[in-house]
Amino acid sequence: MARAKPIRTIRPSLLTGFLIGVPAILFFLFLGIPLASLLFQQAPQRVWEELLQPDTLRALQLSLVTTTISTVLAVLLGLPIAYLLARTTFPGKRALETLVTMPTVLPPVVAGVALLLAFGRVGLIGRYLALFGITLPFTTVAVILAQFFIAAPFFINSARAGFAQLDTRYELAAYTLRATPLYTFLHVTLPLVRPALLSGIGLAWARSLGEFGATITFAGNFPGTTQTLPIAVYISSQIDLDKAIAIAVVLLAVSFGLLLALQLGQRKS
Amino acid sequence: MKLTRLAVTLLATLCLLLAACGNPTAENKPSPISLNVFAAASLTEAFTEISTSYQQEHPNIHITYNFNGSQILVQQMQNGANADLFASADQRNMQKASSAGLVNKPEVFARNKLVVILPAANPSNIQTLKDLARAKTKIVVAAQAVPVGKYTLQVLDKLGKSPDYGTGYVEAVKKNIVSEEENVKAVVQKVQLGEADAGFVYSTDVTANVAQKLHTIDIPDNFNVIAEYPIAVTKTTQHSAEAQSFLDYILSDKGQSVLTKYRFLAPK
Repeated sequence: MARAKPIRTIRPSLLTGFLIGVPAILFFLFLGIPLASLLFQQAPQRVWEELLQPDTLRALQLSLVTTTISTVLAVLLGLPIAYLLARTTFPGKRALETLVTMPTVLPPVVAGVALLLAFGRVGLIGRYLALFGITLPFTTVAVILAQFFIAAPFFINSARAGFAQLDTRYELAAYTLRATPLYTFLHVTLPLVRPALLSGIGLAWARSLGEFGATITFAGNFPGTTQTLPIAVYISSQIDLDKAIAIAVVLLAVSFGLLLALQLGQRKS
Repeated sequence: MKLTRLAVTLLATLCLLLAACGNPTAENKPSPISLNVFAAASLTEAFTEISTSYQQEHPNIHITYNFNGSQILVQQMQNGANADLFASADQRNMQKASSAGLVNKPEVFARNKLVVILPAANPSNIQTLKDLARAKTKIVVAAQAVPVGKYTLQVLDKLGKSPDYGTGYVEAVKKNIVSEEENVKAVVQKVQLGEADAGFVYSTDVTANVAQKLHTIDIPDNFNVIAEYPIAVTKTTQHSAEAQSFLDYILSDKGQSVLTKYRFLAPK
């Protein structure tokens, strides 16, 4: 693919520099100071020791596994939906678009209760699953479902915006060259919307990693099965705030690393 | 487009209307004194009723509650949250508040004990405490950090020491625990929704709202843990006289009768 020319750097005038610089600095201070105060609360030694605790490691492992699966699910199921919403019109489309965004508005605890009412042992669907001996609450699958429910909209909305902004002429050009729709989608459309997809993946993954309310409501809290990092932070914050902060720093470090990797991946294209 | 504009206009009108009806109260009265009461989550229903009757007698005092796990309330006060009274579900957290210099001398105003709750449908057909050890029973408890979670473990320990139950029983019960919830109301919620087969909660958590959805199994007193609820006026309060008056009201017959109604035991 042709490398997009970097946009010419704009040399701002004094006034625009001021108008951009001051809010930017204030914003970064506002974001940065609370995060930095978490970092400096604990000696790195303490954070490292905390990371090596078996319960922290288990929570970290569980968080990484579940968020990866839920993000992959969001991409696999979300991509066709995003394409559909961006490229076609059909009756009820607006309603569907709104529905896709609903989980982001719902307080996560309510989302968890909703999942219980649907997939719980006596839930609308769960009662039939129970007939086959499948119960979801208190399992790792429930953790993944909760994350997927909350985070998938972030991917879908980002991907949809990417598809919507893409000029259809590229695809039409491919069709005139006798490319099949599938070939066109995989080799023309997807590479062109790659930045939107990557940013969607980043958003969905980060939201899954931070997911707390829906998870503890739907999946509960049990070390090794359903205790993710945010839940470990919350539970330990009730007895030992220092420990909680140390685990939170682990959580921050992991997510910073992965989001940075995604950013760099985006830059490459 | 037109539709969007219409929707926006409608929404804006609605907001304005809501804002307009928002504040007809609090005018032309002498500015009422507001008491912030930090109280353990298990006190939610009883304290709400007590404050209603108290405010009828003292119209100039407005009581605002912050209900949460006692350990969280202590943390919030340590971080400078503005509290006038603190009611804890256990002595340990009151002790913490005391040694942090947050509160004056506490007084026990109520006691509570544990029960086992089951969903009304009782899918696992649990009849006695012994049935909790049956394989595949789903038991939900509160996390150890929460007072009721600590008491649950103490009850299990006591059961383990009795020849009737024994350590094997306790191990089997602990193996059946599928979740350690962050507070006692979350345990009630999971059992009430039928997701768990049994849960350990305070006897006071079987409130009128949920009583029909739950069955209760009593834990005999010799195995039970009697929790003491202390309350204290904070050292930072600006309204110590009013705070003390509300504390006295809770200890008075009127306050105590409400607590009894909500299944609390009287202080010794």
